[in-house]
Amino acid sequence: MTEVHQGRLQTPFYSRFRAVDTLNEWHTWNGYTVCNAPYCADLEYFAIRNATAVFDLSPMNKYRITGPDAGAFLNRLVTRDVSKLRPGRVGYSVWCDGNGKVIDDGTIFHLHEGDYRLCAAGRHAAWFTDSAIGFDVEIDDETPDVAALAVQGPTSFSVLERAGFENLEGLKPFGLVHTHVGSISVMVSRTGFTGDLGYELWMSPADAGRVWDRIFDAGELTGIRAIGTDALELSRIEAGFLAPGLEFLPADETVRSGRSRSPFELGLDWLVDFTKPVFNGRQALAEEQRHGSTWRLVRLDIDGNKPAHNAYIFPRESRNRGDIGFVTSAAWSPVCKKNIAFGTVRQPHGKPGDTVWVEIYYQREMHWQRKMARATVVDGPFWAPERRRLTPPAPY
Amino acid sequence: MSSERFDAIIVGAGHNGLVCAALLAKAGKSVLVLESNDNVGGAAITRSFADGFSVSAGAHLLHQLQPRVVQALGVRVPLVNERLPTISLSGTGEHVIIDEQTATGVSDRDAEAFAEFMTWSGTFAGFLNKQFLKPPPRLGSGRHRDTLKLAKLGLDLRLLGRDAMRDFLQLIGQNIYDELEARFDSPLLKGAIALDAVTGTHTGPRSPGSMVTWLYRLCTGGHVAQPAGGMGAVTQALAARAEALGATIETGAPVRRIVVENGRVTGVDTDDGHIASWTVISSADPKTTVFGLVGARHFESTFVRRIQHLRSKGNVAKLHVALDALPEISGLRPEDLRGRLLLAVSPDAVERAFNPAKYGRCSEQPVFEIVFPSVSDARCAPDGKHVMSALVQYAPYDLKGGWTDIARADFLDASFKALEAVMPGLKDRAIAAELLTPVDIEAEFGMHGGHWHHGELGLEQFMFVRPVAGAAQYRMPLDGLYLCGAGTHPGGGVSGAPGFNAAKAILDREHS
Repeated sequence: MTEVHQGRLQTPFYSRFRAVDTLNEWHTWNGYTVCNAPYCADLEYFAIRNATAVFDLSPMNKYRITGPDAGAFLNRLVTRDVSKLRPGRVGYSVWCDGNGKVIDDGTIFHLHEGDYRLCAAGRHAAWFTDSAIGFDVEIDDETPDVAALAVQGPTSFSVLERAGFENLEGLKPFGLVHTHVGSISVMVSRTGFTGDLGYELWMSPADAGRVWDRIFDAGELTGIRAIGTDALELSRIEAGFLAPGLEFLPADETVRSGRSRSPFELGLDWLVDFTKPVFNGRQALAEEQRHGSTWRLVRLDIDGNKPAHNAYIFPRESRNRGDIGFVTSAAWSPVCKKNIAFGTVRQPHGKPGDTVWVEIYYQREMHWQRKMARATVVDGPFWAPERRRLTPPAPY
Repeated sequence: MSSERFDAIIVGAGHNGLVCAALLAKAGKSVLVLESNDNVGGAAITRSFADGFSVSAGAHLLHQLQPRVVQALGVRVPLVNERLPTISLSGTGEHVIIDEQTATGVSDRDAEAFAEFMTWSGTFAGFLNKQFLKPPPRLGSGRHRDTLKLAKLGLDLRLLGRDAMRDFLQLIGQNIYDELEARFDSPLLKGAIALDAVTGTHTGPRSPGSMVTWLYRLCTGGHVAQPAGGMGAVTQALAARAEALGATIETGAPVRRIVVENGRVTGVDTDDGHIASWTVISSADPKTTVFGLVGARHFESTFVRRIQHLRSKGNVAKLHVALDALPEISGLRPEDLRGRLLLAVSPDAVERAFNPAKYGRCSEQPVFEIVFPSVSDARCAPDGKHVMSALVQYAPYDLKGGWTDIARADFLDASFKALEAVMPGLKDRAIAAELLTPVDIEAEFGMHGGHWHHGELGLEQFMFVRPVAGAAQYRMPLDGLYLCGAGTHPGGGVSGAPGFNAAKAILDREHS
């Protein structure tokens, strides 16, 4: 009889994280035990922006999609045109339900001709299986079979090169390469959740420890750090990336009407390709395009330095006219020196350049304080340094 | 084949396909009907099953042929019997005879209660019937037209009167069994109604929703008629009318594929090539249409999921027996055999017959609707000989172990055994017998799961959501594709209503 694992699972990098961990702050992610912060979230964050940060993303759900209809299946599943995604390229996309509401977002790796990997935060076996009806396609959940490590930051390229990874120099953003380090085969993609120069390494769990060791040996002099989820969260807000469960709720998990979001309501119009004759959500999205959307995702640059966690958003400083939405993620950004946030507001409010007001609550010696802070709606990510795109990347 | 472009191509020449074709042709459209079998009619055909014997191979009686459809087409449907009495058979010869609102062979109390029950049922059946000849409104569309239609529906309901409206809302999900137990004593009377309520469905009298299927059956007044020359004559008449109105009908011309290009239907592929049309109307069931003819990939997953989950597994077998002579039934004269005979001695007998079907097994003691069409119509058998045609329940489509030769022989034996209890010597008089299981019905008529209604007539597959949400207005979520078969509102039975409504929906859409 196969033993059913009852506790939290350990990722292939668990022993390495334990070795560098001093705080013992862990939580569950997709059934795996992962580190919030091995020693100090602030310092870990600065490793992302100033050196090399190493993050374990093995718990991310990974689906392998193969078979003669793999491409056609994906093209009907997601909103963007996957037929344009060449082998060796990675594409970000969302997929919608029949109401045109986003179920999840994720990245599609075109590994080899007709052989894809789809990575997502949520579990989607049922939806993918149902969506595969009528397609000659095989879908395997390969989450436990692939160890994944993000190596991010301005010195990441040099660290990997020093560690012996080959063929990274010409790798462009959203490209992937099947390479090796020593005798170990590793797929490397120039992707990440930090908005900075960075790579994600995909390998067999059996090789995970050895790859980790080589990278850390090579990175010692350039300030390499293992980082936890807290530091990553701050960097993804700066980078302007959405987090499922915060900026949108998976459509298949919402019960009340109006609690899910369409790609248009998340500012992802560029991902919706109406030249495709059929894809999930197409009919509803075409309708939404004709009649207008209800919500708009906004990126806010807020006055002051108090993070606007859970704040309501108002059109004016006075609250008389009622709120127009609320903040979904907020942080003080050390690298931008800005008080930044994501929010969701009712249209027509929240056009780039608009001024809105957020009501920020904060505690001072037990007592709650409230203040209205002016915020400007900005277009695009808060942090997008040139180095994230530079190919070949600058050496350190 | 043809290089001409048609205004509409109809897949399948069943009665609904033909009604739809005739109405579109009447509106001046060029219409091509493509039928895979060598004759028109679909499951409404008369065909030979033994040397010199012929029978209505699918539906064998007319219950619901809509007078308005007949009128609209100006078609004449020849009948040998306009109104067949129903006889609920007893082993002892003390049968119950039902004719419209009159039941004889029951106590005075039951007779009175029956008349009242039929009036009461008739009110609601009439309400349902009002809804049957119009496409159901689209829920939540926010369109003015749908809101009006919905308001009209609400008004019709309210006009039943306060008490009747309340009753209706209550009985919608109810089972027929409880209602019968509350009203009647006679097991034969209750058995007959119970069987009528569940015939052709995957339900027993104690299943929720069996009250609605009972009303469905009564919608055109509850008359049962026998067409002259069998059911094939009805569809022949429809085909002739459609052709007279200008439609082209080709038989032996199976549609292999409904062609989709760039997200819209552009025609069909046949063995002889492509035929172009911007409008293709499928009278096939929804599953066959989506999975077999179009391909699931041309629809969004949510819709495919709904079609996939559609309940469409048949549970009725058809039994045809060629007889040397009519069987003798104690208490009945030979001419009584022109009627519709039911063998369902009590509601419990029907429920017990259903029990094994829940677990993929056949009834040990099946229940029957039996007719001897040859009594009134000499054309179907050689001189002096007769034909028996029976619906036999329950025979589940996905029988455990499959419909092997042994399984068929066993079910045939069980059927004869049950019949012999009221018709002793039947088997000795049989020259030949043909049993059509749902698997055979699927193969012969192309109905998925061998289900007459092209999908169970359950509340979750009724009106606004028949066959599924997103396709209940005959228009599929794919430009140019429509459904017009029994899988759509209101459902199966030779009514012509789905074909009529589909044509209306297509023509209305063109005008709007």
